[in-house]
Amino acid sequence: MLSNDEIMKIKLNGKGAETAWGCTITDLLKMHALLGKPLVVELNGVIMKKELYDEIKLAEGDTLEIVRLVGGG
Amino acid sequence: MLKPLVIAGRAIRSRLFLGTGKFSSSAVMARALEASGAEIVTVALRRVEFDNPQDDVIAHIDQRKYLLLPNTSGARDAEEAVRIAKLARAASGWNWLKLEVTPEPNYLLPDPVETLKAAEILIKEGFIVLPYINADPVLAKRLQEAGCAAVMPLGSPIGSGRGIKTADQIRIIIQQATVPVVVDAGLGLPSHLCQAFELGADAVLVNTAVAAAQDPVQMAGSFKLAVEASLAGLEAGPMSEGEAASASSPLTGFLR
Repeated sequence: MLSNDEIMKIKLNGKGAETAWGCTITDLLKMHALLGKPLVVELNGVIMKKELYDEIKLAEGDTLEIVRLVGGG
Repeated sequence: MLKPLVIAGRAIRSRLFLGTGKFSSSAVMARALEASGAEIVTVALRRVEFDNPQDDVIAHIDQRKYLLLPNTSGARDAEEAVRIAKLARAASGWNWLKLEVTPEPNYLLPDPVETLKAAEILIKEGFIVLPYINADPVLAKRLQEAGCAAVMPLGSPIGSGRGIKTADQIRIIIQQATVPVVVDAGLGLPSHLCQAFELGADAVLVNTAVAAAQDPVQMAGSFKLAVEASLAGLEAGPMSEGEAASASSPLTGFLR
């Protein structure tokens, strides 16, 4: 169990979520079994380049949107 | 010979565009897409659902064969449309876009003011914009002047299957158009598609008509035939419409 010092509260796809301090985008995708899937990550309103997923560390209060193409008319 | 369909400088070989929503499964969608002969295929952009891994429709669309046209469905104003457009561009890897701004969920009619606003922003940002609009000839002209690659006037509300209720307006749009006109929304039957082409439309976009048919694959195939029949009929030089009768059998040699 992570202690309170080690947990950050973020907003993920419109809902409150918790991640560990120092969590990168790659870590978050791995946690949700999404690594390697075709999707787009938007962090605080900015679309993240895939090359930066390993480097970008999330911070307390970050707003993340993970989106993908789906069927539609 | 009808001149070939060219959108944003790209030759499009099928005048039937297919939406990929509402199919019972990705497998059915893929088979219907194949049966339709469509080249341009619309898709939407949504949040990934963590607890509910869904059938991945996109994985069933071979992007070497089909041209993805992401839509901005869900956008209620220009700002939302621009945001969705940029995410869709990042997801699809390219810049074609069906601009769809529908603030009111009951009729899903497109907002003309927000659509024009978004189109101008997106064209400046390098998108190839195909706007979904009501059949408003003045709006259609403004969007073409802004640089849209086509205009997509509705026949009737999305998914209603009511057919073309906007024929006169569409006729005017077609008469004044400098870009291809794609009749999009509300088409339900093969006859609706034929009517669109007979009005002079360059292409049609259907989704619910195929997805909600009892046999979507067969319906997709019949739409392909409807498009072919319409185009062949137009190329054959149809007769003109008259006010009065013009007898089909000889006017002499009557038994009287």
